[in-house]
Amino acid sequence: MSRSTFSRSALLALGLSTALATGALAQEKVLRIGMTAADIPRTHGQPDQGFEGNRFTGIPMYDALTHWDLSSADKASVVIPGLATEWAVDATDKTKWTFKLRPGVKFQDGSDFTSAAVVWNVDKVLNKEAAHFAPDQIGVTVSRMPTLKSARAIDPLTVELTTSEPDAFLPINLTNLFMASPAHWAAKLAAVPASVTDAGERAKQAWAAFSADPSGTGPFKGTRLVPRERFEMVANKAYWDPKRTPKIDRVVLLPLPEANARTAALLSNQVDWIESPSPDAVPQIKQRGFTVYTNAQPHVWPWQLSFAEGSVWLDKKVRHAANLCVNREELKTLLGGLMEIPKGTVPPGHPWWGNPSFDIKYDLAAAKKLMTEAGFSAAKPAKVKVLTSASGSGQMQPLPMNEFMQQALKECFFDVQLEVGEWNAVFTNWREGAKSPNARGANATNVTFAAMDPFFAMVRFTSTKTFPPVSNNWGYFGNDEFDKLIADARTSFDGAARDAALAKLHARIVEEAPFVWVAHDVGPRAMSAKVKGVVQPKSWFIDIAPMSVE
Amino acid sequence: MLTYLAKRILYVLPVAFGVSLFCFLLVHIAPGDPLTSVLPPDASQAMQDELRRIYGFDRPLPVQFGLWLMKALQGDLGTSIATGRPVAAEVWRAVGNTLLIAILATIIGFLLGSFFGFVAGYFRGSWLDKMASIVAVLGVSVPHYWLGMVMVIVFSVQLGWLPPGGAGPGGSAAWKWDWEHVSYMILPAITMSVIPMGIVARTVRALVADILNQEFVPALRAKGLMDFGVFKHVVKNAAPTALAVMGLQLGYLLGGSILIETVFSWPGTGFLLGNAIFQRDLPLLQGTILVLAMFFVTLNVLVDIVQGLLDPRVRRR
Repeated sequence: MSRSTFSRSALLALGLSTALATGALAQEKVLRIGMTAADIPRTHGQPDQGFEGNRFTGIPMYDALTHWDLSSADKASVVIPGLATEWAVDATDKTKWTFKLRPGVKFQDGSDFTSAAVVWNVDKVLNKEAAHFAPDQIGVTVSRMPTLKSARAIDPLTVELTTSEPDAFLPINLTNLFMASPAHWAAKLAAVPASVTDAGERAKQAWAAFSADPSGTGPFKGTRLVPRERFEMVANKAYWDPKRTPKIDRVVLLPLPEANARTAALLSNQVDWIESPSPDAVPQIKQRGFTVYTNAQPHVWPWQLSFAEGSVWLDKKVRHAANLCVNREELKTLLGGLMEIPKGTVPPGHPWWGNPSFDIKYDLAAAKKLMTEAGFSAAKPAKVKVLTSASGSGQMQPLPMNEFMQQALKECFFDVQLEVGEWNAVFTNWREGAKSPNARGANATNVTFAAMDPFFAMVRFTSTKTFPPVSNNWGYFGNDEFDKLIADARTSFDGAARDAALAKLHARIVEEAPFVWVAHDVGPRAMSAKVKGVVQPKSWFIDIAPMSVE
Repeated sequence: MLTYLAKRILYVLPVAFGVSLFCFLLVHIAPGDPLTSVLPPDASQAMQDELRRIYGFDRPLPVQFGLWLMKALQGDLGTSIATGRPVAAEVWRAVGNTLLIAILATIIGFLLGSFFGFVAGYFRGSWLDKMASIVAVLGVSVPHYWLGMVMVIVFSVQLGWLPPGGAGPGGSAAWKWDWEHVSYMILPAITMSVIPMGIVARTVRALVADILNQEFVPALRAKGLMDFGVFKHVVKNAAPTALAVMGLQLGYLLGGSILIETVFSWPGTGFLLGNAIFQRDLPLLQGTILVLAMFFVTLNVLVDIVQGLLDPRVRRR
């Protein structure tokens, strides 16, 4: 080979290898996620599909004034500053709050995030006169911040929020109000054809266009929506928080509602991450080199007990006995390890734990003793009828779990009858209450719930103001003591004082036992080993932004 | 023929009205709240009332039905409660996706079903008949969602030959007619074809056996026709009924299969119906059922017409 030919070959080889290396470096880092939802959660800033919606089309694309801390797998997930850097309630009027906003934040369309944007986002669900009022966003938003009434801009970086009554839970509730871009929405409204003259219809079409091309302040920006099939987001490299600036270039969300289909998609490398793999498939998934992440979620799988006249649960001994009679370790084995054993609504170590004097554990002898003291025996069992469903959101595996409970409680002189209803009917009865004919004579109901914020975790089940049909105090549990504990928590505006008040409330709930606490879900998700930097927090949510794909 | 055609088309109108009324009533008497997808579990009564008013569910049922029917006649099937998207666009997109696999499944089902049916009928009582009958019975009896899962495990997970689900690497909106995309159709279409294959095979077998027992067959043989010539006559006689059965099957397939489309995450009408049912999305449910019912009715009319063309006796009835 001549020298010149060699040089040309060497140069060519060098060029090729450089091109290949550059190509490899420039290769897009894509994360494909198989969700349990049957459709893409709504993308306009107030997602539907429960908390899976917030997890995948809320938190990645949008910010709220306050955020959940999702950075630790060990500590409880608590509220931290988001688009607001600090907040305080008015010293004289406890219904007014001042929020200081983070300076320099921009929406993905380039417009500035200011107090006017906060007012606009409050108005979208609370002000019926606003041009951008969105009735379909009310449901998933307003009930999660039930006392928020209005917002007012003080200056570009200060906003005043007003509540209908003093409510220390407001900063927690505000994690649910995501900030969408007013300027981007206005551009979409301007693009609605002039032939559409009805203001409501114009707003609806503008929101539909906004959903297809959304703009928030979050670490990812939505780029492509194929209804019911896929949603794509790309990294927002200009994100304001360097710790959450994405390393992944593109995230693809795929609705795969069937558990076996999700598992097959993961095993055949069609996706890199699936939510809730089929429990039976977990060993195979692990064997194939995938990682299964779990952690105790703020979720409760309970029997909610009736305190209506004639109910066997009116006797605290019976309530305690039922809680002591369930061998939850065995139940955990039945579920392939995919549950956490509860000690109450929140676990020990949580700021709202409160160290209750009643210890929820398996103690068969103590349970039998309590039942004997309550006047029951094998010959004269306590008759219990439990309303449950064959399936349903968050219900885990309701039939095997309830059958397990039925068998377990038989040992402690309970005669449990399961009343299996259609999920929506059971869910609807949750608000109608134990006294409704639709409860079919049940004295316990089995509807699971999220325990992220104090109202949903505790208040709605223990206040006399939340008796049916107002809210979900299905069993009519409540008295002056609990109403006072709730009022104390709602009016403790210092974060630590509020948590202390909630801890007292939680301790008393566990001691009075208006539930049989059976399990916490652990939110299993399986991922390819090439997904790095995964932190599965003690939360319904997970932060994609700090993750990377190799 | 024109009178026959006009009669068949006229019959469609009361059927269409009956179907729409029945669908409307059926979805309204089902348990659950139509606003489930937009109402939170803790919605106050005031919020429930307000949303009911906004969505028009506070009006009497006849008024709701009348308004819906008026709009439907103009091609507007309303807006999905859960997604806020127009129902008509959702349904037509899903129908298009289901058509892709339904037509492929029809072709597979009809060809295989006819083949097994003719073989079984022509060689009645032989081992060929028994084998073909076993295949046909299996086709009708095997739960198709189970078969779908097994095929996914074998061909996607174990062998890695075909994708386990979805409608193409970029979704149905980016569909192309190349192998990369067509490979996504194969497993759902085969799974979908199994039931019609079984039904067609059993129908054709019975038909062929019946035709072979008729007097004209020995006459044909007496005229000196060989087996193939007789076979052609048998096919011609069996075709109208086989076509009618397949037409009905195509109608069923166009309705998609909630189970198959869920197993394969195929965004067709079955998948859409499943979503609409679980979300209690009444406008979407009503719109989808109406469109599918109209498809079914139209297909039946088309089959009647084709039957009439093939067999003059049908036109005289």
